[in-house]
Amino acid sequence: MADFVQHLHPVLQALIRAVLLVIPSLLLLPIIIWWERRLLSWMQDRIGPNRVGNITFSRTSKLVPSFLQGKKFRLFGLMQPMADFGKLLFKEDITPTAIDKLIYLTAPALALFPSFAIGGTIPWGPYRFLTPVGDVNIGVLYIMAISSLGVYGIVLAGYSANNKFSLMGGLRSSAQLISYELAMGMSLACIVMATGSLKPTEIVTAEHGPLWGLDVAPFNLIENWNILTPYGLVACIVFLICMVAETNRAPFDLPEAENELVAGYHTEYSSMKFAVFFMGEYAAMFAYGLILCTIFVGGWHLVPIRFAYMSHAFPAFGDIWNVLDTLNGSSILAPVWMVLKGLLIITSYIWIRATLPRLRYDQLMSLGWKSLLPLATVNLVVVAIWIVATKVSSPWIGWAAVAVSAVILYVLYQAINRLNTHDRVDLASREIVMVDEPPQRRELDLVDPAPATTV
Amino acid sequence: MNQTIGGVTVTPELLLFGAVAGAAALCAVGVVAFNNAIRSALCLVVNFFLLAFLYFTLNAEMLGITQVVVYTGAIMVLFLFVIMLLNLGAPQLLVEKRDPKKYIGVLLGAGMFVLLGSQLLPSLVKINAATLTPNLATFGGPEAIGRSLFTSYVYPFEAVSILLLIGIVGSILLAKRRV
Repeated sequence: MADFVQHLHPVLQALIRAVLLVIPSLLLLPIIIWWERRLLSWMQDRIGPNRVGNITFSRTSKLVPSFLQGKKFRLFGLMQPMADFGKLLFKEDITPTAIDKLIYLTAPALALFPSFAIGGTIPWGPYRFLTPVGDVNIGVLYIMAISSLGVYGIVLAGYSANNKFSLMGGLRSSAQLISYELAMGMSLACIVMATGSLKPTEIVTAEHGPLWGLDVAPFNLIENWNILTPYGLVACIVFLICMVAETNRAPFDLPEAENELVAGYHTEYSSMKFAVFFMGEYAAMFAYGLILCTIFVGGWHLVPIRFAYMSHAFPAFGDIWNVLDTLNGSSILAPVWMVLKGLLIITSYIWIRATLPRLRYDQLMSLGWKSLLPLATVNLVVVAIWIVATKVSSPWIGWAAVAVSAVILYVLYQAINRLNTHDRVDLASREIVMVDEPPQRRELDLVDPAPATTV
Repeated sequence: MNQTIGGVTVTPELLLFGAVAGAAALCAVGVVAFNNAIRSALCLVVNFFLLAFLYFTLNAEMLGITQVVVYTGAIMVLFLFVIMLLNLGAPQLLVEKRDPKKYIGVLLGAGMFVLLGSQLLPSLVKINAATLTPNLATFGGPEAIGRSLFTSYVYPFEAVSILLLIGIVGSILLAKRRV
């Protein structure tokens, strides 16, 4: 297989890699949509779509073979996305008249492009000839660049439809995406600094090394997934929040807040044009899930245990470790684990959607600018201190420096916070004084109306 | 296999470069030719995006991706944002008739063109003769750019960062005046 692909023309190889990125993402979309609807309805104590695709054969008809008579086949509603797609395909395609037609028609395509292109530098497994599409030296920056293009589809859709709700949605979305991109870039920069490479493939290779870079007994058995390091955990949380905001998902779905803006930027889009926006959103969710997997959660390995090292350390069980290593991702199973991890992150998306209410606009902005961006920047400083301390002395001193600097920065943060809110009434956390009395019915002072005078 | 025209070997890379450059030039013309402000801004977006591809074809990956991140992704979004907020949707109001600025502008533009051409052409003529062979493995990569940025060019780099800081402080000052 490897030989066959490597002997093809380079252009054909690139095409194969691109197709292997887009087709699985497209195939997973209906499953993701079905999973979201079922999981959400389960969390909301509903049933959700569970009918489409169920087949019940007749018990009496002569046309049904005897072994099928009366049999039921359940698909748990898996065909529901197909039915929805059919509905959207045959729906009347309404195009408003007073619009900027060229921009109106290109906006859905512009919204779809980044969600498929963003996965271009993400490796799905240890097979360099199949994935990623381009193992360029600027992989992480490429992710930032493509994610920053995502705003165009939404903004232009909002503008071109000549509808105030659409325009409001587009403006909200552009403000939101620009704000959260900074914190996202900062959190990715932490990992880039710690790894020393912009290539996602090299970040994954570094993640498969010993934990915290320590070559001592309990640490060298565990993989150095970035989420298991202190700065990586902080960066991962920041990235997760920014990721939800970048894909316009609840609780950051202000651009399509249906109780304020009808449907936001896609109010005037119907039928397949709406379906393209919908597809773009879900494809972006999946792509961001893969990015989170690659950069923070160890790429294509299932569990963070270094089985390959253990077969050297404990040669008595060598074969078992080798088998486990193969199962853990050094085989064709690697893309399977990758997809499963991506689906797990999509599950967390759905869980967040089911749990948290939508943010208010000022809450959204203050979360992005006043909480996430300073946190990510401080994290960057901590990573820099760690790198310097590790290079100057030993890894142990490096981690001690991380702990000390984190404590100092936390104390500084508290001091600044206290100075800021010294003699200001904190409106956000104002205490509500509960009156400790049972609710009483206000007694009306009933005054007798003037006695009716008899005429 | 590859043809040679006027001393220049025609390679697929050169053809790609020509196609992208032509499209970028067309978009640049579109920026000034469109009456609609949104269309002009979008032409500029496409132009910046294609410029990034030009950098890619010249092996300057880092420069190209920075172009997309900074200009296409951030600055042009803000441009569009402002244009939409101001709602410059009435092109007929923007067209000026018989304005002397037009003719002066054409003259100045032609002068600029001549000036730039006189500086550029001699080096363009010599470009095939020059034996400029950069190390393609590291040329334009993040390591090379970072190294030169933080060693040879650290003084201008820091000066630019202070300039940006002044810009930020100034914009806050201007915005705060109204509060």
